[in-house]
Amino acid sequence: MNYERTKQLYQQLILDHNKNPRNFRIIDPADKEAVGNNPLCGDKLVVYVNVNEDQIVEDVSFIGEGCAISKASASMMTTFAKGKHIDEVNHIFQQFHDLTTGKLDPEKDEHDLGKLAVFAGVKDLPARVKCATLSWHTLHAAVNGKEQISTE
Amino acid sequence: MSSKSVNGTLTPETTFNPHLYRKDFPVLSREVHGKPLVYLDNAASSQMPQQVIDSYAEYHGSYHSNVHRGVHALSQQATDEYEGAREYIRAYINASSTKEVIFTSGATDSINLVAQSYGRTNIKEGDEILITNMEHHANIVPWKMLCEETGAVLKVIPITDKGELDLEAFEELLSEKTAILGVVMVSNALGTINPVKEMIAKAHEKGAVVVVDGAQAMPHVRIDVQDLDVDFFAFSAHKVYGPTGCGVLYGKKSLLEEMPPYRGGGDMILSVSFDEVIYNQLPYKFEAGTPGISQVIGLARALKYVDEIGVEKIAAWEDELLSYATQEIKKIPQVKVIGEAENKASVLSFVIEGVHPHDIGTILDEDGIAIRTGHHCAQPVMERFCIPATSRASFAFYNTKEEVDALIASLKKVIEIFT
Ligand SMILES: Cc1ncc(COP(=O)(O)O)c(C=O)c1O
Repeated sequence: MNYERTKQLYQQLILDHNKNPRNFRIIDPADKEAVGNNPLCGDKLVVYVNVNEDQIVEDVSFIGEGCAISKASASMMTTFAKGKHIDEVNHIFQQFHDLTTGKLDPEKDEHDLGKLAVFAGVKDLPARVKCATLSWHTLHAAVNGKEQISTE
Repeated sequence: MSSKSVNGTLTPETTFNPHLYRKDFPVLSREVHGKPLVYLDNAASSQMPQQVIDSYAEYHGSYHSNVHRGVHALSQQATDEYEGAREYIRAYINASSTKEVIFTSGATDSINLVAQSYGRTNIKEGDEILITNMEHHANIVPWKMLCEETGAVLKVIPITDKGELDLEAFEELLSEKTAILGVVMVSNALGTINPVKEMIAKAHEKGAVVVVDGAQAMPHVRIDVQDLDVDFFAFSAHKVYGPTGCGVLYGKKSLLEEMPPYRGGGDMILSVSFDEVIYNQLPYKFEAGTPGISQVIGLARALKYVDEIGVEKIAAWEDELLSYATQEIKKIPQVKVIGEAENKASVLSFVIEGVHPHDIGTILDEDGIAIRTGHHCAQPVMERFCIPATSRASFAFYNTKEEVDALIASLKKVIEIFT
């Protein structure tokens, strides 16, 4: 039973993004960037983002060290956010937050998360919620003009 | 199979039976996620036996009151038990007087006391404070703060690839300028047991005062502060089967007497007026406010528990567990052990290629296995080995070889998931 729960969290999609993270690079120069810290584990990532005058995310990338959950989440976030309007990114950020904290049930509630729903499993692992949301918080900070965020 | 004990002597395979003691630890019979708990995070905090829980509960259930204050029966009993605990601990570490045994909130607090009280009065610009690359943050940050305040310079003894202190570098770094040597006796991140007795003697030749962080040493090594000739020795109760929020600073009386109080308040004074405060004598000068009475009583009971088994017997069994675990984990090709000192306590730090420690920790937890993952509050150690974090299994005498087997099986599962 436990093995199933573990498998549920570490699904192929997450393992794949962990192994081959997308947009894992520096944008230089970037319009905006922010550093995200998870002092609990010492993990740190930097999110770079270019936003055009229509408030569309033209390019977004990240670098850093982290566990499979945080790396896959950052990778999938970049593929999601590219080409989207900032309002939409903020909207999904909120839904993703609700998903990982158990406030949104992807089976029952309406949502626009698509593949990001794969992170539903972390709601049962309070210690790992921050791993999944760190990149989103960091992107949110970057587009809103903050440079440092910490999950503590 | 024979194993090398922490004291360096060869012992035949022990007939130690951890099951005799497991029954004393109620938590060890619980389940986690439907599996029996396998508790391998003893270096972070070890479990308490029923005897300690009882001593703690007895205070709260039958004589809860304040110490050194009342004339009534409860307060007298609390004072007797509290001071009795101090005497027990004095004898346990072989301090020459109870004046040298100061209760604090833990090893961190003990080291801060030395840095703030001794440090601020004795350290001046240009002095050097020598620490090691394998210190816990508790034995780095207080010195860093002191350096910033006084203009003293922090120097660091490097570590070798095996995870031992570079003793040649130590002797080169040590000089007449060295005012304080701060060294961890047993590293929480690597398990290395450092030759502190020799280091203390060398530091004393140069006139330095030595602070030993004994937080991880207490459960594995018999401490004799006079034999070590250590100036200050810090430890926490919760790493030696006692309660949290309590620790000890041992200090030589001659040094403590000259030191100003660290915190002001009740209990640490003889008399107070708005014109003049007269400080209490040792050790009360350093114990402002109501102390952790039940924790102190619990600590003494925990040390008594350890002493009844015998810390040498405990260390021998833990060595055997460590050897067995090391041998088995090395059979997994993706695993790299971090810290392979000759003289090592039961701490097994490792990394798995391509798998972050937090993912390992989560998967093991699903199997009921508790290990520590992260930087272990020793970020400079991680930097030294160019890794962000490690996974760490740390064994106590109540752990079994079957639990080591469970750890290994679960690690194989991790590798299967990730490849
Ligand atoms: C070597 C070492 N020193 C100091 C400490 C700090 O102990 P405490 O947090 O109980 O003050 C620890 C705890 O992890 C430790 O392992």
